[in-house]
Amino acid sequence: MSALGPHAGFILAAYGVSALVLAGLTLGILRDHRAQKQALDALERRGAGRTPGREAS
Amino acid sequence: MASLIDLANPTRFMRFSAVVLPWFAAAAAVLVCVGLYLAWFVAPADYQQGETIRIMFIHVPAAWLAMMFYSMMAISALGTLVWRHPLADVAQKAAAPIGACFALVCLLTGALWGKPMWGTYWVWDARLTSVLVLLLVYLGIIALWRVLDEPLRAARAVAILTLVGFVNVPIIKFSVDWWNTLHQPASVLRIGGPSIHPSMLWPLLILAVGFTLFALALHMVAMRSEIMRRRVRTLTILEAERLDRLAAQGAAA
Repeated sequence: MSALGPHAGFILAAYGVSALVLAGLTLGILRDHRAQKQALDALERRGAGRTPGREAS
Repeated sequence: MASLIDLANPTRFMRFSAVVLPWFAAAAAVLVCVGLYLAWFVAPADYQQGETIRIMFIHVPAAWLAMMFYSMMAISALGTLVWRHPLADVAQKAAAPIGACFALVCLLTGALWGKPMWGTYWVWDARLTSVLVLLLVYLGIIALWRVLDEPLRAARAVAILTLVGFVNVPIIKFSVDWWNTLHQPASVLRIGGPSIHPSMLWPLLILAVGFTLFALALHMVAMRSEIMRRRVRTLTILEAERLDRLAAQGAAA
Protein backbone atom coordinates (compact mmCIF):
# COMPACT_ATOMS: atom_id res chain seq x y z
CA MET A 1 0.00 0.00 0.00
CA SER A 2 2.66 2.50 1.07
CA ALA A 3 4.69 1.71 -2.10
CA LEU A 4 1.79 3.06 -4.14
CA GLY A 5 2.07 6.47 -2.51
CA PRO A 6 -0.66 8.81 -1.32
CA HIS A 7 -3.06 7.84 -4.13
CA ALA A 8 -3.02 4.08 -3.41
CA GLY A 9 -6.78 4.06 -2.78
CA PHE A 10 -7.52 5.44 -6.27
CA ILE A 11 -5.14 2.99 -7.97
CA LEU A 12 -6.50 -0.06 -6.13
CA ALA A 13 -10.10 1.08 -6.65
CA ALA A 14 -9.47 1.45 -10.42
CA TYR A 15 -8.11 -2.11 -10.64
CA GLY A 16 -10.82 -3.46 -8.32
CA VAL A 17 -13.73 -1.92 -10.21
CA SER A 18 -12.28 -3.05 -13.57
CA ALA A 19 -11.88 -6.62 -12.28
CA LEU A 20 -15.47 -6.53 -11.00
CA VAL A 21 -16.94 -5.28 -14.30
CA LEU A 22 -14.94 -7.73 -16.44
CA ALA A 23 -15.65 -10.67 -14.10
CA GLY A 24 -19.38 -9.84 -14.20
CA LEU A 25 -19.29 -9.66 -18.01
CA THR A 26 -17.44 -13.00 -18.26
CA LEU A 27 -19.80 -14.74 -15.84
CA GLY A 28 -22.87 -13.35 -17.63
CA ILE A 29 -21.62 -14.55 -21.04
CA LEU A 30 -20.64 -18.01 -19.72
CA ARG A 31 -23.98 -18.45 -17.91
CA ASP A 32 -25.92 -17.48 -21.03
CA HIS A 33 -23.83 -19.93 -23.09
CA ARG A 34 -24.58 -22.75 -20.66
CA ALA A 35 -28.31 -21.91 -20.60
CA GLN A 36 -28.57 -21.88 -24.42
CA LYS A 37 -26.62 -25.14 -24.71
CA GLN A 38 -28.89 -26.85 -22.17
CA ALA A 39 -32.04 -25.59 -23.92
CA LEU A 40 -30.75 -26.72 -27.33
CA ASP A 41 -29.70 -30.15 -26.02
CA ALA A 42 -33.14 -30.63 -24.40
CA LEU A 43 -34.95 -29.74 -27.64
CA GLU A 44 -32.73 -32.01 -29.73
CA ARG A 45 -33.23 -34.88 -27.27
CA ARG A 46 -37.00 -34.45 -27.69
CA GLY A 47 -36.52 -34.62 -31.48
CA ALA A 48 -37.81 -31.11 -32.09
CA GLY A 49 -37.38 -30.01 -35.69
CA ARG A 50 -37.17 -33.51 -37.14
CA THR A 51 -39.58 -34.26 -39.96
CA PRO A 52 -42.06 -37.12 -39.23
CA GLY A 53 -40.50 -39.26 -41.98
CA ARG A 54 -37.03 -38.98 -40.49
CA GLU A 55 -38.41 -39.52 -37.02
CA ALA A 56 -39.74 -42.94 -38.05
CA SER A 57 -36.45 -44.10 -39.61
CA MET B 1 -10.88 -13.71 -48.66
CA ALA B 2 -12.81 -16.68 -50.04
CA SER B 3 -11.93 -18.66 -46.90
CA LEU B 4 -13.19 -15.80 -44.72
CA ILE B 5 -16.51 -15.79 -46.56
CA ASP B 6 -16.68 -19.60 -46.24
CA LEU B 7 -16.05 -19.25 -42.50
CA ALA B 8 -18.81 -16.66 -42.10
CA ASN B 9 -21.49 -19.32 -41.97
CA PRO B 10 -23.03 -20.33 -38.62
CA THR B 11 -22.17 -24.04 -38.87
CA ARG B 12 -18.57 -23.43 -39.94
CA PHE B 13 -18.22 -20.67 -37.34
CA MET B 14 -19.32 -23.07 -34.56
CA ARG B 15 -16.68 -25.62 -35.66
CA PHE B 16 -13.93 -22.99 -36.14
CA SER B 17 -14.61 -21.18 -32.85
CA ALA B 18 -14.62 -24.44 -30.86
CA VAL B 19 -11.02 -25.04 -32.03
CA VAL B 20 -9.72 -21.45 -31.76
CA LEU B 21 -11.42 -20.41 -28.49
CA PRO B 22 -9.15 -22.25 -26.01
CA TRP B 23 -6.05 -20.82 -27.73
CA PHE B 24 -7.39 -17.28 -27.56
CA ALA B 25 -8.33 -17.68 -23.91
CA ALA B 26 -4.94 -19.19 -22.98
CA ALA B 27 -2.96 -16.52 -24.89
CA ALA B 28 -5.10 -13.79 -23.28
CA ALA B 29 -4.47 -15.19 -19.78
CA VAL B 30 -0.69 -15.38 -20.34
CA LEU B 31 -0.43 -11.89 -21.87
CA VAL B 32 -2.63 -10.24 -19.21
CA CYS B 33 -0.58 -11.88 -16.41
CA VAL B 34 2.76 -10.86 -18.00
CA GLY B 35 1.43 -7.37 -18.75
CA LEU B 36 0.15 -6.86 -15.19
CA TYR B 37 3.47 -8.05 -13.75
CA LEU B 38 5.39 -5.56 -15.94
CA ALA B 39 2.88 -2.78 -15.21
CA TRP B 40 3.07 -3.26 -11.44
CA PHE B 41 6.65 -4.38 -10.77
CA VAL B 42 8.82 -3.26 -13.70
CA ALA B 43 7.36 -0.02 -15.13
CA PRO B 44 8.58 3.01 -13.16
CA ALA B 45 6.37 5.66 -11.59
CA ASP B 46 5.76 8.69 -13.83
CA TYR B 47 7.81 11.83 -13.10
CA GLN B 48 4.63 13.93 -12.96
CA GLN B 49 1.78 11.57 -12.17
CA GLY B 50 3.66 9.27 -9.81
CA GLU B 51 2.15 5.84 -9.10
CA THR B 52 -1.25 6.80 -10.55
CA ILE B 53 0.26 6.08 -13.99
CA ARG B 54 -0.53 2.40 -13.19
CA ILE B 55 -4.19 3.21 -13.86
CA MET B 56 -3.20 3.94 -17.48
CA PHE B 57 -2.44 0.24 -18.08
CA ILE B 58 -6.15 -0.57 -17.75
CA HIS B 59 -7.70 2.73 -18.77
CA VAL B 60 -6.06 2.98 -22.21
CA PRO B 61 -6.69 -0.63 -23.41
CA ALA B 62 -10.31 -0.27 -22.19
CA ALA B 63 -10.72 2.93 -24.24
CA TRP B 64 -9.18 1.30 -27.34
CA LEU B 65 -11.42 -1.77 -26.99
CA ALA B 66 -14.58 0.30 -26.45
CA MET B 67 -13.88 2.03 -29.80
CA MET B 68 -12.65 -1.12 -31.55
CA PHE B 69 -15.80 -3.06 -30.64
CA TYR B 70 -18.00 -0.21 -31.82
CA SER B 71 -16.07 -0.11 -35.13
CA MET B 72 -16.54 -3.90 -35.47
CA MET B 73 -20.26 -3.39 -34.85
CA ALA B 74 -20.42 -0.71 -37.56
CA ILE B 75 -18.80 -3.12 -40.06
CA SER B 76 -21.29 -5.81 -38.99
CA ALA B 77 -24.13 -3.31 -39.45
CA LEU B 78 -23.02 -2.87 -43.07
CA GLY B 79 -22.98 -6.66 -43.39
CA THR B 80 -26.57 -6.76 -42.13
CA LEU B 81 -27.93 -3.92 -44.26
CA VAL B 82 -25.96 -4.37 -47.49
CA TRP B 83 -25.21 -8.11 -47.73
CA ARG B 84 -27.83 -9.43 -45.26
CA HIS B 85 -25.19 -11.83 -44.01
CA PRO B 86 -26.51 -14.39 -41.47
CA LEU B 87 -23.57 -13.94 -39.09
CA ALA B 88 -23.33 -10.13 -39.27
CA ASP B 89 -26.14 -9.33 -36.83
CA VAL B 90 -25.10 -12.23 -34.58
CA ALA B 91 -21.62 -10.67 -34.36
CA GLN B 92 -23.08 -7.24 -33.75
CA LYS B 93 -25.48 -8.35 -31.01
CA ALA B 94 -22.73 -10.31 -29.23
CA ALA B 95 -20.30 -7.36 -29.37
CA ALA B 96 -22.54 -4.71 -27.76
CA PRO B 97 -22.35 -5.77 -24.07
CA ILE B 98 -18.59 -6.35 -24.35
CA GLY B 99 -17.98 -2.90 -25.85
CA ALA B 100 -20.29 -1.33 -23.26
CA CYS B 101 -18.35 -2.93 -20.39
CA PHE B 102 -15.04 -1.65 -21.75
CA ALA B 103 -16.52 1.85 -22.17
CA LEU B 104 -17.71 1.63 -18.54
CA VAL B 105 -14.25 0.49 -17.36
CA CYS B 106 -12.70 3.38 -19.32
CA LEU B 107 -15.02 5.93 -17.67
CA LEU B 108 -14.65 4.53 -14.14
CA THR B 109 -10.85 4.22 -14.27
CA GLY B 110 -10.66 7.65 -15.90
CA ALA B 111 -12.66 9.17 -13.04
CA LEU B 112 -10.44 7.44 -10.46
CA TRP B 113 -7.34 8.73 -12.26
CA GLY B 114 -8.82 12.20 -12.76
CA LYS B 115 -9.56 12.88 -9.09
CA PRO B 116 -5.94 12.74 -7.83
CA MET B 117 -4.48 14.33 -11.01
CA TRP B 118 -7.07 16.95 -12.02
CA GLY B 119 -8.78 17.40 -8.68
CA THR B 120 -12.15 16.17 -10.02
CA TYR B 121 -13.78 12.88 -10.97
CA TRP B 122 -15.61 14.40 -13.93
CA VAL B 123 -15.66 17.41 -16.26
CA TRP B 124 -17.95 17.91 -19.22
CA ASP B 125 -15.09 18.22 -21.68
CA ALA B 126 -15.11 16.84 -25.23
CA ARG B 127 -13.20 13.58 -24.63
CA LEU B 128 -15.02 12.52 -21.46
CA THR B 129 -18.44 13.51 -22.77
CA SER B 130 -17.96 11.73 -26.12
CA VAL B 131 -16.97 8.50 -24.30
CA LEU B 132 -20.06 8.84 -22.10
CA VAL B 133 -22.12 9.23 -25.31
CA LEU B 134 -20.47 6.03 -26.61
CA LEU B 135 -21.59 4.16 -23.47
CA LEU B 136 -25.13 5.55 -23.84
CA VAL B 137 -25.25 4.49 -27.52
CA TYR B 138 -24.10 0.99 -26.51
CA LEU B 139 -26.88 0.85 -23.88
CA GLY B 140 -29.42 2.08 -26.46
CA ILE B 141 -28.36 -0.68 -28.86
CA ILE B 142 -28.61 -3.36 -26.14
CA ALA B 143 -32.08 -2.04 -25.18
CA LEU B 144 -33.25 -2.05 -28.82
CA TRP B 145 -32.18 -5.69 -29.21
CA ARG B 146 -34.31 -6.55 -26.18
CA VAL B 147 -37.37 -4.57 -27.24
CA LEU B 148 -37.77 -6.20 -30.67
CA ASP B 149 -38.58 -9.92 -30.54
CA GLU B 150 -38.05 -10.86 -34.16
CA PRO B 151 -34.24 -11.14 -34.69
CA LEU B 152 -34.13 -10.07 -38.37
CA ARG B 153 -36.32 -7.00 -37.82
CA ALA B 154 -34.31 -6.06 -34.72
CA ALA B 155 -31.06 -6.52 -36.65
CA ARG B 156 -32.01 -3.95 -39.30
CA ALA B 157 -33.18 -1.36 -36.73
CA VAL B 158 -30.04 -1.87 -34.62
CA ALA B 159 -27.80 -1.69 -37.70
CA ILE B 160 -29.19 1.75 -38.60
CA LEU B 161 -28.73 3.01 -35.02
CA THR B 162 -25.18 1.57 -34.96
CA LEU B 163 -24.20 3.35 -38.18
CA VAL B 164 -25.65 6.66 -36.95
CA GLY B 165 -23.77 6.25 -33.64
CA PHE B 166 -20.49 5.55 -35.48
CA VAL B 167 -20.10 9.29 -36.09
CA ASN B 168 -19.07 9.48 -32.42
CA VAL B 169 -15.96 7.26 -32.85
CA PRO B 170 -13.81 9.77 -34.80
CA ILE B 171 -15.12 12.49 -32.46
CA ILE B 172 -13.72 10.54 -29.48
CA LYS B 173 -10.37 9.99 -31.23
CA PHE B 174 -9.87 13.59 -32.39
CA SER B 175 -11.70 15.42 -29.58
CA VAL B 176 -8.38 16.15 -27.85
CA ASP B 177 -7.06 17.80 -31.04
CA TRP B 178 -10.23 19.64 -32.10
CA TRP B 179 -11.15 21.11 -28.71
CA ASN B 180 -9.30 22.42 -25.70
CA THR B 181 -9.84 19.59 -23.20
CA LEU B 182 -8.56 18.64 -19.77
CA HIS B 183 -7.70 15.20 -21.15
CA GLN B 184 -4.14 14.83 -22.46
CA PRO B 185 -3.59 14.36 -26.24
CA ALA B 186 -2.77 10.95 -27.74
CA SER B 187 0.61 9.59 -26.63
CA VAL B 188 0.68 6.18 -28.36
CA LEU B 189 -1.38 6.27 -31.59
CA ARG B 190 -0.05 9.56 -32.98
CA ILE B 191 1.79 10.90 -36.01
CA GLY B 192 5.50 10.82 -35.19
CA GLY B 193 5.22 7.64 -33.08
CA PRO B 194 4.58 7.07 -29.39
CA SER B 195 5.81 9.76 -26.98
CA ILE B 196 5.69 7.36 -24.04
CA HIS B 197 8.88 5.73 -22.67
CA PRO B 198 9.44 2.07 -23.73
CA SER B 199 9.44 0.95 -20.07
CA MET B 200 5.76 1.97 -19.93
CA LEU B 201 4.91 1.39 -23.60
CA TRP B 202 5.71 -2.35 -23.60
CA PRO B 203 3.52 -3.28 -20.61
CA LEU B 204 0.76 -1.14 -22.13
CA LEU B 205 0.99 -2.86 -25.53
CA ILE B 206 1.20 -6.36 -23.99
CA LEU B 207 -1.89 -5.63 -21.87
CA ALA B 208 -3.68 -4.15 -24.89
CA VAL B 209 -3.08 -7.33 -26.92
CA GLY B 210 -4.01 -9.51 -23.91
CA PHE B 211 -7.27 -7.65 -23.26
CA THR B 212 -8.06 -7.71 -27.01
CA LEU B 213 -7.66 -11.51 -27.13
CA PHE B 214 -9.75 -11.80 -23.93
CA ALA B 215 -12.50 -9.63 -25.46
CA LEU B 216 -12.40 -11.57 -28.75
CA ALA B 217 -12.66 -14.86 -26.85
CA LEU B 218 -15.70 -13.51 -24.98
CA HIS B 219 -17.13 -12.31 -28.29
CA MET B 220 -16.77 -15.79 -29.78
CA VAL B 221 -18.55 -17.37 -26.77
CA ALA B 222 -21.34 -14.75 -26.99
CA MET B 223 -21.71 -15.39 -30.74
CA ARG B 224 -21.95 -19.13 -30.13
CA SER B 225 -24.68 -18.46 -27.53
CA GLU B 226 -26.58 -16.25 -29.97
CA ILE B 227 -26.43 -18.86 -32.74
CA MET B 228 -27.75 -21.47 -30.26
CA ARG B 229 -30.48 -19.04 -29.05
CA ARG B 230 -31.76 -18.65 -32.62
CA ARG B 231 -31.67 -22.43 -33.16
CA VAL B 232 -33.62 -22.88 -29.90
CA ARG B 233 -36.18 -20.31 -31.11
CA THR B 234 -36.61 -22.07 -34.47
CA LEU B 235 -36.87 -25.53 -32.90
CA THR B 236 -39.38 -24.29 -30.31
CA ILE B 237 -41.60 -22.89 -33.08
CA LEU B 238 -41.30 -26.13 -35.08
CA GLU B 239 -42.13 -28.20 -32.00
CA ALA B 240 -45.16 -26.02 -31.23
CA GLU B 241 -46.38 -26.45 -34.83
CA ARG B 242 -45.88 -30.23 -34.59
CA LEU B 243 -47.86 -30.39 -31.33
CA ASP B 244 -50.63 -28.28 -32.92
CA ARG B 245 -50.81 -30.71 -35.85
CA LEU B 246 -50.94 -33.71 -33.49
CA ALA B 247 -53.70 -32.06 -31.46
CA ALA B 248 -55.68 -31.33 -34.64
CA GLN B 249 -55.26 -34.97 -35.81
CA GLY B 250 -56.42 -36.21 -32.35
CA ALA B 251 -59.48 -33.98 -32.47
CA ALA B 252 -60.35 -35.18 -35.99
CA ALA B 253 -60.04 -38.85 -34.94
